[in-house]
Amino acid sequence: MAVIAIDELVKTFGAVRALDGLDLRVEAGEVHGFLGPNGAGKSTTIRILLGLLRGDSGEARVLDADPWRDAVRLHRRLAYVPGDVSLWPNLTGGEAIDLLGELRGGLDRRRRDELLDSFDLDPTRTCRTYSKGNRQKVAIVAAFASDVELYVLDEPTSGLDPLMESVFQDQVRRIRNEGGTVLLSSHVLAEVEALCDRVSIIREGRTVESGSLTELRHLTRTAVTVETASPLTGVAELPGVHAVREAGGRTQLEVEPAHLDGLLNHLVRFGVRSLTSAPPTLEELFLRHYGAGETTEDGHRDTEPRAALR
Amino acid sequence: MSAFTGTGRLARLALRRDRIRLGIWVLGTPLLGYALAASVAGVYPDEAARHGYATTSASSLVARAFNGPIAGTDLGAVVVAETYATLAVLVALLSTFALVRHTRQNEETGRAELLGASVVGRYALLTAALLVVVGANVLAAALLAVALTGAGLPLAGSVAAAAAIGGVGVAFTGVAAVTAQLTVTSRGANALASAAVGLSFLLRAAGDVFGEVDAGGTRVDSAWPSWLTPLGWGNQVRAYTGEQWWTLALPVALLVATVALAYALAQRRDLGAGLLAARRGPARAATWLLSPAGLVWRLQRGTLLGWAVGVGILGISMGVAADEFNAMIAENPAAAEAIAAMGGGADLVDAYLAAMLGLYALAIGAYVVQALLRVRADEADGVLEAVLATGVSRSRWLGTQVGAAVLGATALLLFGGITTGLGYGLVDGDPVGKALTLGGAAALRLPALLVVAGVVTALFGLLPRWSVVLSWAALMAFLLLGQLGAVLELPQATLDLSPYTHVPSAPAVDPTALPLLILAAVAAALLATGVAAFRHRDVPR
Repeated sequence: MAVIAIDELVKTFGAVRALDGLDLRVEAGEVHGFLGPNGAGKSTTIRILLGLLRGDSGEARVLDADPWRDAVRLHRRLAYVPGDVSLWPNLTGGEAIDLLGELRGGLDRRRRDELLDSFDLDPTRTCRTYSKGNRQKVAIVAAFASDVELYVLDEPTSGLDPLMESVFQDQVRRIRNEGGTVLLSSHVLAEVEALCDRVSIIREGRTVESGSLTELRHLTRTAVTVETASPLTGVAELPGVHAVREAGGRTQLEVEPAHLDGLLNHLVRFGVRSLTSAPPTLEELFLRHYGAGETTEDGHRDTEPRAALR
Repeated sequence: MSAFTGTGRLARLALRRDRIRLGIWVLGTPLLGYALAASVAGVYPDEAARHGYATTSASSLVARAFNGPIAGTDLGAVVVAETYATLAVLVALLSTFALVRHTRQNEETGRAELLGASVVGRYALLTAALLVVVGANVLAAALLAVALTGAGLPLAGSVAAAAAIGGVGVAFTGVAAVTAQLTVTSRGANALASAAVGLSFLLRAAGDVFGEVDAGGTRVDSAWPSWLTPLGWGNQVRAYTGEQWWTLALPVALLVATVALAYALAQRRDLGAGLLAARRGPARAATWLLSPAGLVWRLQRGTLLGWAVGVGILGISMGVAADEFNAMIAENPAAAEAIAAMGGGADLVDAYLAAMLGLYALAIGAYVVQALLRVRADEADGVLEAVLATGVSRSRWLGTQVGAAVLGATALLLFGGITTGLGYGLVDGDPVGKALTLGGAAALRLPALLVVAGVVTALFGLLPRWSVVLSWAALMAFLLLGQLGAVLELPQATLDLSPYTHVPSAPAVDPTALPLLILAAVAAALLATGVAAFRHRDVPR
């Protein structure tokens, strides 16, 4: 059963189409990365999943319930960390954690104290005096101290230092080991790579990519730099080869994974002196979807493999 | 780059942010002054009426405490006695809030950090705020002088009276500049500066109560405590009655001294920090806090306590005044007529008490609006999102907020009635009986407050973005309909728009059930509309 199932979801704010037929599927027990540039519609999607906003059309189901109609019943089964945590300025951090936990339906006292300890958060200070990172810790501790089935985390670590980031990752792993499901919206790609079983990338309110990280890597080109004994010719005409550049006897190019074999067969005829090939880094993968990179240098729009995956 | 670099630009930013607020202040004060002066001239048209007023004001301790020292029988003197205290306190608070808004509030929200990182000097933010607020005071005073002259008063006196009021604003601008350096929150800075205004009022009242009446019985010379405070200095300008121009130098001197102190403090502290350190609190929440109701109590109790203190002081003083009132109206038929029109009914003391209870109900309406508009603040800053993502339903959350505001208003109403009764009873005998009677009479105003709560709730549900402006506008409209409706001879249908029109003027008039039931029904309909609309809309919107 899918814990989160969104189909063709549309949400408009006046003339702005925030979500434009978005699809998302999060299976039980997985940590699902939810990625996209600023303003892509991630927070809007999450607010619809929480029943705070109502979609205009399409369907959204959370834990097999309607998030708008069954909001309160659902909220007892999920925990939420907002992207921009704002708290009651005159309550202490400890009070805010207890309050949020109790309103959700109770929290695990012992784990609350352990979390405060490992996140190194002083619960006696008032929320007014907390930095952004400390406010996030309050929301994270309140969420992770609850025993729920689904955790919805909207850029939870954007204010945390690297040490706290690793504590955070330990907690997400604990949740997965205990069978919980996590929807993690994040811009920290190392975090996504370390934690997520599958990711969905959205852009302008639409899902542009969804799958495991390995699957996604297969969709993108490998960067190849080659030095040959005799001058290399005819490479640009090969199927699946893009962005060929020559510099100082070396040739740089990009090749689609399906055509790597054909390229290598072509290269050996020229006597390969050196060859480096690099799989696309996660950054490159995202840059292609986030920015103008969706259209590649030679104007080729890379849509086929994406369609194949969907 | 000097410590003042960027001041001009920041001042323009402040003007841009506050163009509407400042506009209302700078134009509203003169208009209010004109209206009040004209109405006083109408009520006390001749020397005989003014002589009656002046002797009553000089002999009445309550009049001296609230209106300040009367200075003879000139029309100008009566206008000053009737308007100065109100206008001066108003201007003092406006100046305080404006200065804190452009200094400490900017730091609290982090805007000052953003600005401070650009080409802006250390003192620029404070200096820009001072320029804007002092400038607004000067401009408002100049226009007020024109307005008073336009109302037919002598030029020199009008200039002196307007300058006296402007001087109060300028002095408290300086006080607020200091308090803004002391606390971390703008709320705290406002509270400290407002407390200074309150203390100033009390000192001035004490000085005037202990002052001496001259041989003619129409002039009061204030005792020394009046000379300790900006609110007292304004009276000592003696506008329209032999102006003592040099006293205008006192608020300016205070401004210079406080600004120097504020700069010294600003130089010593870090951005965002105050001199009064933030306290630590409990690491765990008390059990009572762990519900929407517990949270509301925790967040509102300070506000409620502040209101209770204010209402209590007002109640006791108005109650004590009720007895003295008998003497006052005997000598002043015009005022008697005005009170009778306000309160309705035959017994003038009862009419007076009814009028006072009506005023409390209006003021407590402001508490209801203030308390209930927290729901919009919570929505705007994101706290609401976190709460509604838990197991709390929208109707439970909003219902709790409305319930808390209504309970608070009920408590304040009863407290106002009871303290008034106690004050009256202490002088008159039978404090317990009077407290019970007036407590019950005050409680009859509750349905009007329910309607106010309903209006705010409905606006929050239907038009959240406009709810703050429209809620205050609605309350202001109710206030104006009640206070000016009769004077302006508005049609009854228009007056009926205000819920305050329909609550019985107890104890002057015997209450009837029907209007109260209708008000309650209207309130219920508004509340239901608001909750239903809130349940069906996007959050945040």
